[in-house]
Amino acid sequence: MNFLPSSRLSSSLFQFLGITALATGAVCLLLFILDLSPINIAGAMAAGSFSSWLKFSQILSIWVPLLLCSCGLLFTFQAGLWNIGIEGQVVMGAIAATFLLRLPENVLPPTVTIIFSLTAACIGGGLWGIFAGVLKNRGGVNEIFGGLGLNFVAQGIILYLIFGPWKRDGIASMSGTDIFARDLWLTSPAGWRVAPAALVLAVLVFLLSWFLLNRTRFGLRIKAVGINARAAQLFHIKPERYGLMAILIGGAMAGLAGGIQVTGVYHRLIPAVSSGYGYLGLLVVMLANYKTLPVPLIAFFFAWLAAGSIQLPIMLQIDSSLSGVIQGACVLSALLVHGLRKKKGAR
Amino acid sequence: MDISLAVLLAGIAATAAPLILAALGETLSEKAGVINLSLDGTILLSAMTGFAIAAKYDSTLAGFTAAAGTGMLVALVLAIISIWLGQSQVAVGFALTFLCRDLAYFLGAPFARTPGPQLTASPIPMLADLPFFGPILFNHSLIVYTSFVAIPFLWWFMYHTPQGLILRCAGENPEGCWARGIRPRVVQTVYTLAGGALVGLAGAAFSLAVKPGWGQPQGCEGIGWIALALVIFGGWHPLRVAFGAYLFGFLQMLGIILQDSFPEIPAQIFQVAPFPLMIFTLVIIHLSRNVRSTTGSRLLALLSGTPPLALGRTHKQN
Repeated sequence: MNFLPSSRLSSSLFQFLGITALATGAVCLLLFILDLSPINIAGAMAAGSFSSWLKFSQILSIWVPLLLCSCGLLFTFQAGLWNIGIEGQVVMGAIAATFLLRLPENVLPPTVTIIFSLTAACIGGGLWGIFAGVLKNRGGVNEIFGGLGLNFVAQGIILYLIFGPWKRDGIASMSGTDIFARDLWLTSPAGWRVAPAALVLAVLVFLLSWFLLNRTRFGLRIKAVGINARAAQLFHIKPERYGLMAILIGGAMAGLAGGIQVTGVYHRLIPAVSSGYGYLGLLVVMLANYKTLPVPLIAFFFAWLAAGSIQLPIMLQIDSSLSGVIQGACVLSALLVHGLRKKKGAR
Repeated sequence: MDISLAVLLAGIAATAAPLILAALGETLSEKAGVINLSLDGTILLSAMTGFAIAAKYDSTLAGFTAAAGTGMLVALVLAIISIWLGQSQVAVGFALTFLCRDLAYFLGAPFARTPGPQLTASPIPMLADLPFFGPILFNHSLIVYTSFVAIPFLWWFMYHTPQGLILRCAGENPEGCWARGIRPRVVQTVYTLAGGALVGLAGAAFSLAVKPGWGQPQGCEGIGWIALALVIFGGWHPLRVAFGAYLFGFLQMLGIILQDSFPEIPAQIFQVAPFPLMIFTLVIIHLSRNVRSTTGSRLLALLSGTPPLALGRTHKQN
C-alpha cells in the first residue's frame, strides 16, 4: 500500500469517521434499548465538565496522569511490548514519592523535596518496569503475565504500607496515609483542580516522547525492534536491550504519573492511587493506533468521559460506568475498522 | 482433625469450581491457538447476566444458560475481529476485558444487591454418606460436579479423540491443517466459542453459587487474570491447569483460615496475597525449565509445558 500523502490523509479521515459512527451507533443503540436519551446524557456530561473552569480543570487533572501513562506506553508498544504492568509502575512511583515526602525533619527546602520525590517516582516506576523486562528476557515470562503479576505484587505492597508502617495515627484504614504537610503539595491556585506544574510536566513529557520517537535514531531503533526483532539484530540492534530501555522509559513516565497523583491530587498515599489510569492509557494508545500525535486528544476525550460521568448518578440516576462502556466501544470499533481495512488491503 | 481436613478439601473443591471452568475454557481456546484475554471482563459480564436472568425467571438453569451464551457472544466478537479480520488477539481481548467489565456494572446497576435465586447443594444419594470422601466430593452444587466432570472429559477429548487432534493441530500448525483440507480458522472459531461458553458458566458459578448475588464489586474481579496465568502455569494441559486451580483455591482457603489466627494483619492482605504467590510459582516453574537432569527439575518438568506453536497468530489462508 503506497498511499500519496493526500490520500493517506483522506483515508485516515475516513477511518476516523468510520470509528466514530460505529462507536456512537453502538452506544446509542444500547441507550435506546434501555430507554435512555443519549442527548440528555451527552448534555449532562457536557454541563458537568465544561460549565466552569473548576469543572474543566477536573478534566485536566485526569488528563495529566492519563497522558503520562499513554506516552510511556507509546515507547513499549513501539518496541513490540505489551506493558500491562503499567498499573504497578504507577503504584510504585507513588510509593517512591511518598517515601521521600514522609522523611521526617526534612532539611531540604520543600520545592527541592518535591523535585526529588518526583524523580524518585520516575526511578521507582522505571525499576518496576525493568523488573518485568528482566523476567521476560531472563525468565522467559511473557511480559503480559509478568506485568500482571507485578501489578498484584505492587497492590500487595501498597496495602501493606498503608495498613502497616505508614498507617495513620490511631487507625489504619482504606482512606490512606496521613496527609502531607501543606508545603509539600504541588499547589493548585484557588478555583483550580489541577496543579499548573503537573500540566507543564505532562506537556513536556509528551513533547519529549514525540521527539524521541519520531526524530531520533533511538526512536527509530525502538520501532525497528518492534516491527521485526530479527531483522533489527542483523543491523546490530540488540532487541532485548532496546526492549528494556523502552520499558524503563515507559515505567518512569508511569511512575511520574503516580508521583503527581500523590503530591498534586491526593496529598497522601491511597490504595487506589493508580485509579486504573494505566489500563485506560493502554486503551488510549490502542485507539490512537499506536501513533504519537493523536494521543493527547484521545487522552483528553477519555478524561472528559471519566470526569463527566461522575455527575451521571446524581443528575440522571445512571451508573457512571457508562464512560467505560463508551471508551471500550471506541477501541473495539477502531480495531474493527482497522481490521476491515487490513482485510480489504490484503485482497 | 479428620473432619476439619474434609471441610477444608470440600471448601477448596467448591471455591475452585468457577476458576476450573474458566481456566479450562481458556485452555480449550489457547490449545486451538487463540488467546482470549477478555476473561476477567467476560466472567463479570456473564456473572451479571446469569444473575439477572436467574432472578427474572427464578431459575438458576436459565441463569447458567444465559451466562454461557454471554461468554460465547464475547468470544464471537473476539473471533470475528482477530481470527477473521487479522487484528491482534491480545489487543481485542484487552479492549473486550474493559468493555465487558463496565458493561456489566452499567447494565447490572439495577440488580445490585437485590435478592436472587442461588444454586443449592444437591448431594448424590448413597455416595454423599461415604465417610471422608462423601462431603469432599459428593455433597456439592451441580456446578461443582460439572467442574469435576469437565477436567477428565476435556483431557480425554483433547488427547484421545480425532476432534481433539484437529483442535491441537489448529493451534500447533494451522498451515498443516489447511494442507490436510481442514480450515483452521473454522476450528479456531468453534473452540473459541466453546471456551467462551465455559468461561460464561464460570461467571454464573460466581454470582449464583460461590459468591451469590450481584454488586459493584461482585467479588470475582481479578479471577480472570489468575485463570489466564493458570493456563500457562499448567502448560496448556487440562489436568495440570486443574491442579493449579486447586492450588489457588487452597491458597484462598489458607488466607481465610490464617486471617482468624492473625487478626492484627489486615484482611485485605490475605485477599490479595494468593495472587502474587500464584505468579511467583509461575515464575519459578518457568525458570526451572532451563535446569535439567535432577529429580527436582524432572518433577517440575512434569508441570511445565510448551505453548501451542501458533498461539496468538492468525492463519493467512490463501
